Amino acid sequence: MLAKRIIPCLDMANGRVVKGVHFVDLKDAGDPVELGGRYYQEGADELVFLDITATVEARKTVVDLVRRVADSIFIPFTVGGGIATVDHIYQLLRAGADKVSINSAAVKRPELVREAAVAYGSQCIVLAVDAKRVGNKWKVFIGGGRVETDLDALEWIDKGEALGAGEILLTSMDCDGTQTGYDLELLRTVSQRVRIPVIASGGAGSPEHLLAALEEGRADAVLAASIFHYHRYSIPAVKEYLANNGIVVRGVN
Amino acid sequence: MIVVIDYTAGNLYNVGHALKHLGADFMFSGDPADVGRADKIILPGVGAATPAMKSLADQGLVKALRQVRVPFLGICLGLQLLFEVSEEEDTPCLGLLPGRVLRFDSSQVKVPHIGWNRVAGTNGSSQPDSPLFDGVPAGSFFYFVHSYYAPVEEPVTLGSTEYGLSFSSVVVRDNLWGVQFHPERSGEIGLKLLENFVELS
Repeated sequence: MLAKRIIPCLDMANGRVVKGVHFVDLKDAGDPVELGGRYYQEGADELVFLDITATVEARKTVVDLVRRVADSIFIPFTVGGGIATVDHIYQLLRAGADKVSINSAAVKRPELVREAAVAYGSQCIVLAVDAKRVGNKWKVFIGGGRVETDLDALEWIDKGEALGAGEILLTSMDCDGTQTGYDLELLRTVSQRVRIPVIASGGAGSPEHLLAALEEGRADAVLAASIFHYHRYSIPAVKEYLANNGIVVRGVN
Repeated sequence: MIVVIDYTAGNLYNVGHALKHLGADFMFSGDPADVGRADKIILPGVGAATPAMKSLADQGLVKALRQVRVPFLGICLGLQLLFEVSEEEDTPCLGLLPGRVLRFDSSQVKVPHIGWNRVAGTNGSSQPDSPLFDGVPAGSFFYFVHSYYAPVEEPVTLGSTEYGLSFSSVVVRDNLWGVQFHPERSGEIGLKLLENFVELS
């Protein structure tokens, strides 16, 4: 049986891991390769590296980082942040990334998802969606959550799936950084709507939150940052908790 | 010298990272002459069968791969290409193993099959009976990412995995092995399996 995945996320700015609330107030949380290596040894199922500065200058740094990660970490990892062209995707995959996550650029030019999926396969194209409640709907935000768009999140996710995205990385902007739990209603709505895996993101503060996302939210995987970065919970402890609650997780080797 | 087949569908860099980590003697090559001289062959691959077979054909590799008599490991799409035909646009494949590769039914399960899953042996055993699994604990999880699968078919199927149905996750015939998962992405367990292949004599 397919295990639920536990995915530590490393937000990066200028080559360092950072963590903030609602994408602002960033604090330094360490070296990406070092932290990634620690999570690998502890039994993380995948890693996500997001360059939240995503400047043109940072691009080369990220490709170098991907190469360093691929040299020492033998689990899948996704790279995201400012990815806007098929050529950029090629560079990252060639450097050793297993998947890329596309966010703002896909909103601006949805065909990018299709082009990338045709070129490299849906399995390496993750559509990242930052959703926030506006009235009784969820709206898509871009630019690291700073820019509201007219897009309805559910309609956009449907479109992304049709364009060939292989997974949805779904971040609740309302919950991100709060450590008060994932937006379970958003998760459940999306998970029941699409036929591709959904990764829950935004709001994890405890193992109970991860369990709720997997059970009530019906997510295929859970992404979390703060609870791991500051040693609040270890990955084995989280996995043990989930396993004790009937969730199939990959054991720590 | 292990030759890792270099063609457009290869995720060969990560296979290379893992082989380098293991200290294996290997090279990337898409030259049929290197295939003929290799001690072992690894055929990696992600993505779609049709462009992959076209790429192998364009590089003159189809005939060379069909003639391989040394240990030969297909990974992910590389396993699927060992069979006769893929349901993906009815693409003819290498035909080294009998049978047809099918697509998961997305009305039954989410497609692609992405994540960590277990591999069981045949006849109810918990572990495939193969030197590739020496030192690999029974019930270990491996990382999968694929939309197509080879049905279980004895005696080719050596290991199977459940995802809505039971499919071939490890296949074997003579010098040929195929694994549907990515050993190069399956942590220390996957590295152990690759190391076992490297050390096969």
